[in-house]
Amino acid sequence: METISNVIGFLPALIKATPLTLLLTAVAGVFGLVIGTLVALARLSGRRVLSVPAYVFTFAFRGTPLLVQIYLIYYGLGQILPGTWVRHSFLWPYLRDGLWYAIFALSLNQASYNAEVIRGAIKAIPRGQIEAAKSIGMRSSMILRRITLPQAFRSCLPVLTGDLIILLKTTSLASTITILEVMGTARMLQRQSLLIFEPLIAAGIIYFTVVFILTRVMGVVEKRLTRYRTAKA
Amino acid sequence: MVATALSVKNIHKSFGSVEVLKGVSFEAKSGDVISLIGSSGSGKSTLLRCINYLETPDEGEIAVSGEVIRTVKGKDGKFHATDKRQLEHIRTRLGMVFQSFNLWSHKTILENIIEGPIHVLGMTRKDAIGEAELLMEKVGITPKRDHYPNQLSGGQQQRAAIARALAMKPEVMLFDEPTSALDPELVNEVLLVIKKLAEEGRTMVMVTHEMSLARDISSEVIFLHKGLVEERGAPSQVMRDPQSARLRQFLQMA
Repeated sequence: METISNVIGFLPALIKATPLTLLLTAVAGVFGLVIGTLVALARLSGRRVLSVPAYVFTFAFRGTPLLVQIYLIYYGLGQILPGTWVRHSFLWPYLRDGLWYAIFALSLNQASYNAEVIRGAIKAIPRGQIEAAKSIGMRSSMILRRITLPQAFRSCLPVLTGDLIILLKTTSLASTITILEVMGTARMLQRQSLLIFEPLIAAGIIYFTVVFILTRVMGVVEKRLTRYRTAKA
Repeated sequence: MVATALSVKNIHKSFGSVEVLKGVSFEAKSGDVISLIGSSGSGKSTLLRCINYLETPDEGEIAVSGEVIRTVKGKDGKFHATDKRQLEHIRTRLGMVFQSFNLWSHKTILENIIEGPIHVLGMTRKDAIGEAELLMEKVGITPKRDHYPNQLSGGQQQRAAIARALAMKPEVMLFDEPTSALDPELVNEVLLVIKKLAEEGRTMVMVTHEMSLARDISSEVIFLHKGLVEERGAPSQVMRDPQSARLRQFLQMA
């Protein structure tokens, strides 16, 4: 009984930390999608100056643990930057904050996963639809914008949604570089209360609830955007 | 004198070491309907695809209403279209209908038809929809206006694809085996639309296996064999009294 009331007692503090978790997810999600799309296009471009770096990027970021990337970026850049002009620039007040390093690492990591998914989706678009677009005189940038990408995103939406949910839970790693999002707050509550399990259980409840809501929302979005494939005659 | 709508001169095209087209020429005057016939592998589809540069010819010249598609010989010894903008502009003047329809699957039928007029020709949405409605009426798919391509039968999809091509107001229509992917009972509805366009005096070039269609609406039939024109002429002459043995054989099998 006492455990339950303890868990409930921790919830308000964790709910307060939830917006930060959501912010990390949203920002890294958007950057991950944009960068991931560019990387996918670079890999498909057929120009080696673009496709090789893109390949190396995805290979490196998918091949190493995110925690390693976060540490390398936080401690690595954190050591290099103060010795440069950045120390005295307007950027410095921001760059002292671990949040930017977390967003940077999460975005690039997310981009590497998204890139592979989007690349596959682009390749799966029937060639004939691209030819039809060419045949009415569309230029290639317009074909990309109006035919290729809209279809690619729709067809890989379920996978992108899955990756977004994984990202939401992965933001907990940001707690290792001083960020007080949900997980960071839970660890702080552990230290303050000397209770091991209750803050973690409360954090689990928060993550579960957010994931549940996010899954539902994305389910509706998915249904709407892929009506063209499921609609009955 | 009737103006030349399309001129195709000395087209060569190889895929690897296989020479698919070995120098084919023809001309379409405004209002002509030209049927390209021949067995599979004769190069007829490749020839049609060379006209709007979906395949780049290795040699030769395409001109639409006298405007030649500008090309240059690249390092690999093959021709390339040099001026992307010119090519894109010429493509707007050539409507193409594909064997497999190739409607954009994430757009409704109406959206498929107004896409080009709005985004390539710069028409207002209102005007584009107005014209699309007339075209849908013409090909008989008005009830399918807000459906997606996968909700339509093959025949309906092909008629929608014809409307999409017509929406660009092309000077020449290119048909690449427009009924070959259709179930037999759906062929006729598409043939009727194509015949209607011929009667309106549209300039058309079509690759077809429908010999009755070629006979009924063509002004000229061109029989391709192994990348060369084997025989050509008015359908009444070519199809009733073929000169070459190969064409005779082909017509018997068709």
